[in-house]
Amino acid sequence: MARAAVPRRLGDRLSWKTARLTDRREESSAARTLGFEVPGWPGHLAGQHVDVRLTAEDGYSTQRSYSVASAPDGERVELTVQRVDDGEVSPYLTDELAVGDVVEVRGPVGGWFVWRPEQTEPVYLLAGGSGLVPLMAMIRVRRTVGSRAPFRLLYSVRSPEHQFFESELRLDSSGLDRTYLYSRSTPAGWPRPAGRFTAADLAAAGWPPDFEPTCYVCGSTGFVERAAGLLVAVGHHPNRIRTERFG
Amino acid sequence: MAPPAFLDGNAAAGDLELAFGTDMTMASGRCAGCGEQMMLAQTHAYLGGPGTVLRCPVCGSVLLRLVRSPGQTWLDAGGLGHLRIPAPA
Repeated sequence: MARAAVPRRLGDRLSWKTARLTDRREESSAARTLGFEVPGWPGHLAGQHVDVRLTAEDGYSTQRSYSVASAPDGERVELTVQRVDDGEVSPYLTDELAVGDVVEVRGPVGGWFVWRPEQTEPVYLLAGGSGLVPLMAMIRVRRTVGSRAPFRLLYSVRSPEHQFFESELRLDSSGLDRTYLYSRSTPAGWPRPAGRFTAADLAAAGWPPDFEPTCYVCGSTGFVERAAGLLVAVGHHPNRIRTERFG
Repeated sequence: MAPPAFLDGNAAAGDLELAFGTDMTMASGRCAGCGEQMMLAQTHAYLGGPGTVLRCPVCGSVLLRLVRSPGQTWLDAGGLGHLRIPAPA
């Protein structure tokens, strides 16, 4: 009997499921968090993503991957989507999809870029822009399960208007150290001038390499290349650096 | 012209799992070109074409190509010296 259970479970997770939009909230001028109800959702790990498929009336269909933003919560799944102005899918999700509308989702998938509650080592999260989303799922799961694993977050973002999850992160004070870096414009009176992050920023915000933290880096390809390169340059072992680039 | 954009191997997780029946991002392989050993999650994934292409992050060799049509799946893993797939959890 057990032999039959495995393929059925795998088949379930990889079949396209209907996801109905139940609510939407603004995270920044260009980003929205979409709350979906997904009957049969099998649960997920922090950092996993889903494939989202949209199909037009004429049958044309296209799919994209989005990280799950929320901690596991029954059949509810939250995606935080940044609008890419000339994008094919994201403007539809952020602006046009109406509450009650459905899309198809498949997943969750991926076992590499995840944080599991049984991990106890220090964690260094490095986010560039909307790369914060899967890292936010890790922060939320850490809080939900009451983990004491020490977390540090370096969040590089263009300007305060582009910042996600600010009020929620501010509440999350126990064991989560946060450093914000602004690349284009800062809040008034901010001590560090706007600019790209440096090796010194990265070292000041994180853990020394001999603490052997697991480093999770998510952002644009340029951000990930630079951050992962600097981490290795200051002595972090490549096998403890996990990356997730988005387009 | 800018080189085509790539993502991490994790981005191909869904299509790979559909072909192999288990999570392949945690599978490890060896590049037949340069000998580098890596998790498929650490490869560079090119998803913009008609299929999925994974390349070695060190030497750029094509490791694996996967093309799916409604009726069939083509898999060419000739760029991998071997592939070690963990038993499903």
